[in-house]
Formats: sequence, structure tokens, C-alpha cells
Amino acid sequence: MSILIIAEHTNATLRPSTLNAITAGQKLGSDISVLVAGKNISSVTDAVSKCAGVAKVLAADTAAFEHHLPENMAPFIAVFAKNYSHIIVPATAFGKNLLPRLAALLDSQMVSDVIEILAPDTSKRPVYAGNAIGTFQSTDPIKLLSVRTTAFDAVALSGGVASIENLDVSGVSASSQSQFVGAELTQSARPELTAAKIIVSGGRALGSSENFAIIDKLADKLGAAVGASRAAVDAGYAPNDYQVGQTGKIVAPSLYVAVGISGAIQHLAGMKDSKIIVAINKDPDAPIFQVADYGLVADLFEAVPEFTTKL
Amino acid sequence: MKIFVPVKRAVDYNVKIRIKADQSGVELTNVKMSINPFDEIAIEEAVRLKEKGIATEIVVVTIGAPVAQDVLRTAMAIGADRGILVTTPLATDLGGLEPLAVAKILKKLIEKENPNLVIMGKQSIDDDSNQTGQMLAALMGWPQATFASKVEIAANVATVTREIDGGLETISTPLPTIITTDLRLNTPRYASLPNIMKAKQKPLETIDATTLGVDTTPRLKMLALTDPPKRKGGIKVASIDDLIDKLKNEAKVI
Repeated sequence: MSILIIAEHTNATLRPSTLNAITAGQKLGSDISVLVAGKNISSVTDAVSKCAGVAKVLAADTAAFEHHLPENMAPFIAVFAKNYSHIIVPATAFGKNLLPRLAALLDSQMVSDVIEILAPDTSKRPVYAGNAIGTFQSTDPIKLLSVRTTAFDAVALSGGVASIENLDVSGVSASSQSQFVGAELTQSARPELTAAKIIVSGGRALGSSENFAIIDKLADKLGAAVGASRAAVDAGYAPNDYQVGQTGKIVAPSLYVAVGISGAIQHLAGMKDSKIIVAINKDPDAPIFQVADYGLVADLFEAVPEFTTKL
Repeated sequence: MKIFVPVKRAVDYNVKIRIKADQSGVELTNVKMSINPFDEIAIEEAVRLKEKGIATEIVVVTIGAPVAQDVLRTAMAIGADRGILVTTPLATDLGGLEPLAVAKILKKLIEKENPNLVIMGKQSIDDDSNQTGQMLAALMGWPQATFASKVEIAANVATVTREIDGGLETISTPLPTIITTDLRLNTPRYASLPNIMKAKQKPLETIDATTLGVDTTPRLKMLALTDPPKRKGGIKVASIDDLIDKLKNEAKVI
């Protein structure tokens, strides 16, 4: 078993999703290599080499990989992919964009969103918005998995002494296909949604983006990340990258506080693995109460400020 | 410009699914089926491009049982010009036709139809794979613009805003290209009754998948399909004071 993890990073820093993917790799074996492809990535390769469980870091440092465009990265990885029995990415926007393209080049039917690895060829994944769990056995020689980060603990950022090998990128050129134009990243001092220990999420009942500020205040008091239901995002109360749910982010914090969220199955699919769920809603029949450990039937405009003040 | 829109017939968004007792799949008999919501967004985007005069023809395609032609009629009622039904006896949700096989079938059709642009949903809400568009792009050797929340097309270049984890990213890709849709790209219109009637007259071609020379043998064996672990409901608290006390002393999470 030789396992290749494709690291997610910003060129300057390693993203925590990579640490979860490494843990998934450890379920398969100990011969774990991590590919860091990007531009000016030495701080990332250094960080990965110190991660627990990593045997080797493969560095592919070239301008063509700066924005992680799959058109440039997938053909490069496909050339040496046959050295590995498994290739794993985190099931984030990065991994979801890249791995299917690589899988098609390798003629392998990848498995998306793996939540449990049972055997080298067998894994479990949620389907139908998490309303069913399928167990799938792969017959392909190279197995490609994207793994749900909340289903695997992060490996430690220390304790590893992996060697760093620089891959030959002299033959790589930026494709004439997609070009990166720009990014608008949400600036926030709060923890990242998918890595936060506590999340406070707001729903449509907030009524406006101005009212959404009470969610922000509670989150700041708790040191929490802020999330939102699809209804709140669609209504413009919160930015799109706040969305928790089947088609948004999948989260599993220690504490999830759902405020004014009714609990559509698509939202539950994104947060029901949280350790403790708190629901604040004025409708006592809201489905969110069926999954909440602690439910409070109350007007959120009174309860949330009170919660913030009394913490 | 010709736009190609692959769509999938899937269990309706509002249906609560039931797993078969033998764990072999989801019960689909007498269950409401619809166009996969992301694919409906793809059709709407194509129709808008035609209304702006950028596109001239919209071809919609689906793969499945003969009954899947109902989603083609719906797509044509929204504004697609003609439909192609590729028939297969394989299940299209789980344990049958897989994303890689779908991408290979679509490649054959694209080679015949020569569209300038493919717009399709980023994932279907049955198997939730989120693979087919990226795989098709790889097989065609075309660029890909996934998870689109905004599309602008000018001078044979698509400028696409993508929903990524930290916010939004914009890329430009020359045509031909493949765009996969995210939820906020647009709000699909309802088909009007006259348009539903007109759609019945639009051309619909049927192709047997076996005639396309694509190996559709599943690569994954579905060993079981089970209910997710049930989360048991908890208690109601009477006040914020009560809640804070429980979180501090019982759950110990704050």
C-alpha cells in the first residue's frame, strides 16, 4: 500500500483539511507521501514534513500550479499516479475540483466524500443528502478518494521527520486553458467554519443582514465561527461561504448553535454530526428540535442578546 | 453558439427517501421524480444565454430508462430546443451507471454534436458525487469552470465566478468549455402552460447506450445501503440561564 495525499494549501500556509486527509491515509497504511503543488511553497513543504505520519513530501514548485488549476495539475499528477495504490484529497472545493479530473485521466471511478475506510478497497460514503450511507468496494487498480474532513481527526503538526523531494517540473507549462482572474475571500478574524470548535448559525428568521449581527456578536463571545442556512444565504443575510448543508459546508464542531433555523434535511445533512446541537427557535414544532440536544423555544431577538450578555 | 446541457432525472428534492429492506438501494417505485435541481439551474442559464443572443441552440440530454424523457420535455418547456435520450437499463442513482461512464457517454455525444459550451449541474442530489463535469472536461481535454455562481460570455471566452471555501474565485476559460452550476447562479423559471404544450412538439431523439461503444460496467460494487446513525432528540430548556448551565456543567462544551 502506497498512499499519495494531495495537500490543500495557500502557497504560504498548509490548510487544516490536509491534516484530516493524512489521517484517512493512515487507515490504509504507513507509506504516506504528500504532494505539495504550488508556487513558492517552501513554508508549506516544511510544515508538511513535520506532520505526524508523513513519510515523504513531494514538492512541485512552479508558477503553473500557483492557483491549483486542475487543467495544469491533473496531467502532471497522472504521470506518476501509478506509483500509488491510493490517492486522497480532502473533499473541499479544492479536492472536488481536482480529483475527478485526475480520476478520468487515470480511468478510475473515484469515491467522493468518504466518511469511513473499512478495507483498502472498501469505504463508506453518505448519499441522498446524508439520508443513506452506502458501502462501496472499488475494483480499480488505483483507488481515488475524496474524504470528508469532519470524519477524520487531524494529525499533529509536529512529530514528523519526512524527507522533502523536489519533483522535476521543467516540463510543466501553464495551459492555455483556464486562467485565474481573481478571488474575493471573506476576511474574518473568526475561526474557519470547517475547523471551528464552536459554530453559531443563523437562518431565515433573522430577517435581514443587519439583524444577522446578533449572530456575529454571540459567535465572537463564544470564539465561534459563523454559519448560515441556505435560506439565509439565498435571502442575502449572509455570504455564500457561510452556508452549512448538503451543498454547502459539512461541519462537525463540539457545539453547534442553530438560531432561527427550521432544520430542513439539506441543512441537517451538513451539521448533524456535531457533538452538541443547540436550537433556538420560536416554533416548537421546528424539525431542528428533533436533532437538538438542547432546545429553547423563544424569540431569537430576545434570547440571543441575552445569551451573549450572560456568557 | 450551441449549448449542450446534460440533465439527470432524480428523486424529487422534497421526497423523504426509503431504503429497501435488502439494503440494495433506495425505493423508487411510485416516488416523485424531477430534474436534478442543479441541472434545472443549468438549463435556465443556457436559456438566458439564448435570450441574450449569445446562444443559438440548446440541446438537452439525459441518460436513463425511457421514462427519463419526461425531464427532457420539462427542459424543453423551459426553453431547450431539442432533446436526446440515451437509454440504459442500469440504475442511475446508485450501484449502476457511474459518473465516469456518464462522462464517456457524454463525450461520444459531444463529438457528434460539436457544442461550444456544456453547462451542467455540479452534482446530482441522489448519489451526490460531484464528479461528472470535471471528468467530462478531462476526457474532452477541455477546461472546466466548476461551482459557478456567475457566468459571462464574450468574444469566445467564459468568465466564471466560482464558489470556493473561503469565498469566491474568478477564472476565465476559452470556449469550448464545461461549466458546472452552483445554487446561486440563477433562479430557474417555471415553465408556462403554452410552453409545456409547445415542448411536446420539439424533436426528441432516442439512442440506445449500447450502440455508443462505451463500457458502462460499474467499477464500484455497492455492498450495502443503510440508514445513517440516528441522532436522538434531547431536551427542551426553559431559559437562557438553564441553557448556559447545561452547556457548562452537563455537556461541558463552553
